[in-house]
Amino acid sequence: MRAAVVQVATGAARIGVIAVMAFAVFGPLANLALWAFAERWYTPHALPISWSLRWWEIVFRPTGDAMASLLTSVWIALLTVIVALLLSIPAGYALARLKLPFRTLIMVLFLLPQAFPSVSIYINVARVFYALGLAGTIPAVVLVHATHGLVYSVWIATAAFAAVDRDTELAARDLGASHFHAFLTITLPQAAPGITASAIFVFLESLDEFTGTFFVGVPQVTTLPLLLYNAGMGGNYQIASITALILLVPSIAFMLLVERFLGADVLSRIGR
Amino acid sequence: MSRSSALALLFVAPALALVAVFFFHPLALSVISAFMAEGHGPTFANFARAAELYSGDIIHTIFVVTSATLLTLVVAIAISGALTLSASPGFVAALKFVYRWPLFVPFIVAAQCMRTFLARNGLMNNAFVALGVFDPMTTSSYLDWRGMVITFAWKQVPFVTLLIAGAMASLDRATIEAGRDLGASRLRVLVELVIPQVMPTLLVAATLSFVLMLSVLSVPMMVAGSQPTLITVDMAFRINAYGDYGTANALGVISYLIASGAAIFYLRHTLKDDGR
Repeated sequence: MRAAVVQVATGAARIGVIAVMAFAVFGPLANLALWAFAERWYTPHALPISWSLRWWEIVFRPTGDAMASLLTSVWIALLTVIVALLLSIPAGYALARLKLPFRTLIMVLFLLPQAFPSVSIYINVARVFYALGLAGTIPAVVLVHATHGLVYSVWIATAAFAAVDRDTELAARDLGASHFHAFLTITLPQAAPGITASAIFVFLESLDEFTGTFFVGVPQVTTLPLLLYNAGMGGNYQIASITALILLVPSIAFMLLVERFLGADVLSRIGR
Repeated sequence: MSRSSALALLFVAPALALVAVFFFHPLALSVISAFMAEGHGPTFANFARAAELYSGDIIHTIFVVTSATLLTLVVAIAISGALTLSASPGFVAALKFVYRWPLFVPFIVAAQCMRTFLARNGLMNNAFVALGVFDPMTTSSYLDWRGMVITFAWKQVPFVTLLIAGAMASLDRATIEAGRDLGASRLRVLVELVIPQVMPTLLVAATLSFVLMLSVLSVPMMVAGSQPTLITVDMAFRINAYGDYGTANALGVISYLIASGAAIFYLRHTLKDDGR
C-alpha cells in the first residue's frame, strides 16, 4: 500500500516537472505566436480581442520591407558561408593533417572573436569601414559575420579532416593520384558531412546576427533581425512577432537535425 | 622551418588574416581610443567620465550577468542530473524533448518573446492568475533585471545542459551505482559524486555563457527599456547619440576586464584541479 502511494506521488512529481519545464520553454514562444495573429490585444484581456491575418499579408507582400529584409539576410548569409568555407577548408586541412607550428595557439586565435565582449569590437570595426567608405554595405556586414563564424567553420572542418580515414588516401596515392587529386576525390568527400554542418552553423549565425549588423550595416543594410528590432521598438508587435517566427524556422529545424549532420566521430574531435 | 610547415602556415594564413584585420585590429583600436583624448594624447578622462556616468550600470551589469550565469547553471545541473540519474525512461525522454528548443533561437527572438511573456499582461501572469496563484490586481511586469536574467537563462540553459549532460553521460556508471547501493539519495549522488567529476565542463560552460551575455545588445535594449541598464546599451548610446568614442571604448575596456575576471576565475579553478 505504502509503496503504491510513493509510486503515484513520484509519477505525479515527474509529470509536474515536465509541465513546469514545458510552460517555461513553450510559454514565451506561444506568446509570440499569439501576437503574430492578434488584431487588437490590451490589458486586462488575457487573450487577443480580435484576430487577423492582415499583418501576415503585409509581411509577405512581395514588395514589402520584410521580403526585402529576408532576401538581404539570406544573401548576406550565403556570402558569409562562401567566405568562411573558402578560408576554413585549407585552414582546417592544415590544422588537422599538416605539421603546423603553434597549432594550439592558432586554434585559440580563431576562438577569441567569440570569447570577447563584442560590442566595442563592432563599434571600432564600423569606424574602420567608415574610413574605407564601406560602412553600411553588404561586403562590410559579410566580413564581420565571417570573422565571427570562422571559429565554427575552422574548428568543425579541422575535426572533419581529422576523422577522415588515411588508408584510402594512401591507397589513392599509391595508385598514382597526385596530392591534390587525392584530396579532391578521397579526402574532401569524406569530410563533406562535417563541412556541411559547419556551413549550416555559419549560415545560421549570420542569419541571426544582430549586434554587428546594428553597428556596421546601418542605415542601408536592413536584415531580418534589424527589421524585428525596429518593429518591436516601434511598438508594432505583430510585425516583430511574424519576423521572429520566420527566424525561428531554421533555428528549430537545425536544433532537431543537428545530430544527423554532426556524427559522434566528428563531434568528439571538435576543439582538438 | 621545413617546407611542409611553411606550406601549412600558408594554408592557415588567409583565415588568420581575416581574424587579424576584423578582430585584433578593432580590439587594439578600442583599447587605444579608451586611453586617448581626441587629438590630445594619453588620458584617463574617458574612464573618469565612464565611472561618473555609468558606475551604477557597471555594477548592474556584473550583477545581472552573474545572476543569469548562476541561474543557468542551477537549472542546467538539475536537468542534466535528472537525465543521468532518473530511473524512468519515459521521464528522461520527455525531458530531453522539452529542454532543447531554445538551443539555436537567436537572442533577439528570445528578447521579443520575453517582452510579451513577462509583461504585466503577458502569458505568464495570465496563466498564474488563471491557476489562482496570483491576484489579477497585484500582478506586475518583470521587464527589468529579472526579465534580463530570465531571458539569458532561457536561451543558455539548453547549451549548458547539452555540455553538462554529455559530460555526465561519459562518467563511469559503476561509482554512481555503488553510491546508490550504499543508500545515498539521488541528490547526494549528484552533489557528491557526479558534479565534482564534471566540474571542468561546468566551468567552461559557465565562462562561455558569462562572456556571451556580456556581448548581447538586443536583450537589455528590448527586455529592460528603462534605467538601470547594461553597459552594452550605454556604449551604443554614447556612439549613436554623441559620437563619443572615448567613453564608449572606456566602457568597452571595462567589459573586457569583467570578462577577464571570469576567465581568471575559470583558470584558477582549473589549475587547482590539475594540482590535485
